[in-house]
Amino acid sequence: MSNIIYNRFDEEVHPPRLSPDYKSTVLRAPTKPLVVIKQSLNELTGPLFGDFNLGSLDHDLTKNSVKNGEPLGERIVVHGRVINENGQPIPHTLIEIWQANAAGRYVHKVDQHDAPLDPNFLGAGRCMTDENGNYKFYTIKPGAYPWGNHYNAWRPNHIHFSLFGANITNRLVTQMYFPGDPLLQYDPIFLGVPPKGRELLISQFDLSITEPHFALGYRFDFVLRGHNQNVQAP
Amino acid sequence: MLENTSNESPHRGLGGYQTPSQTVGPYFAYGLSSEQYLYDFKQLAGNQMVNPIDEKEAITITGKVFDGEGVVIPDAMIEVWHNDGEKQLFGRFGTGTDAQNRFIFHTVKPTSVNGQAPYLSIIVFMRGQLIHSYTRLYFADEAELNSKDEVLNVVPEQRRSTLIAAKTANGYHFDIWMQGENETVFFDI
Ligand SMILES: [Fe+2]
Repeated sequence: MSNIIYNRFDEEVHPPRLSPDYKSTVLRAPTKPLVVIKQSLNELTGPLFGDFNLGSLDHDLTKNSVKNGEPLGERIVVHGRVINENGQPIPHTLIEIWQANAAGRYVHKVDQHDAPLDPNFLGAGRCMTDENGNYKFYTIKPGAYPWGNHYNAWRPNHIHFSLFGANITNRLVTQMYFPGDPLLQYDPIFLGVPPKGRELLISQFDLSITEPHFALGYRFDFVLRGHNQNVQAP
Repeated sequence: MLENTSNESPHRGLGGYQTPSQTVGPYFAYGLSSEQYLYDFKQLAGNQMVNPIDEKEAITITGKVFDGEGVVIPDAMIEVWHNDGEKQLFGRFGTGTDAQNRFIFHTVKPTSVNGQAPYLSIIVFMRGQLIHSYTRLYFADEAELNSKDEVLNVVPEQRRSTLIAAKTANGYHFDIWMQGENETVFFDI
């Protein structure tokens, strides 16, 4: 690992810090140039969570918060793979997700949207990728919800994802969208991403992972920052 | 529908393009810091990076995050990574539960690695950031090592103080300014 250097964020696909159509960036985005530094031990490592005790239902949001029945809405399975830019799978890395329920309402205390909560749905989950970097969640398709950014602003359906990857340079928080959503073209958070990156945030409907009589399948793959050593570690 | 902006599918290295970042948004708490915010879901990590009962050297690090108008941000999430070769510690805390909207971490001070000044890696997430920000926390009582540190010396001198946590009775205090005259130094790592 001595000569390994991780690639920087690729500005061709990542959103800029300041994106004025997304109004909260105006007072919250750093304005001064980032200081480029050499990666040292802290940057080339990160938390691994090998000792975190995952619950058996942590990856199944349709079951992990059931109180008196099943959550309402369209059951989906979200499946994909985590690799880096070199094409190497990222095994045993932790993924966390959170989302609104089918009606577009978050359990969060700050969410005041006048849509019903679902007593059987929290909307949070996590899982670890397998040895080939694959992951899978069961959940309910999230609803769209309004927000205050501009007149008649609605967020497209999305699931929030948080990934750790190989080290802290790999840290990624993002959102997965759904194909054909008419709200995407109006959403300043999605449109904050340069055109080249946008389709990378839209999952694909996949009949081959759709589970008969159970759940529609969506595929969503992740590519984390790669590095200068194309030889896979033994 | 979206315009098709390019005919070729976006591929770069063998693995393709990096997946773009999106904001953590305002509603991360029940997923990422659930116990801190009193939701019924086990959390991955909180602000007890060490158990203070076991650690005689335990310190408390506190701070606030300020926006461009100097207003305290109540919905940021801070992650701390400590790896000094001896200990690997991770902490995560949202600024929405403390009465003053501070972040608070209970941990130990890292040791110096290869003569570098000891530091903690800090990752800042919040609504209004489409991509997270990286900074570092250095310690005011390490003036000697700080003055010789390779990374601190890359930072313009007048901005260096934004990276140095002040000593308090039981630890350190470190405010993060997203903008303004005292804008914290953020790194491209
Ligand atoms: Fe959301």
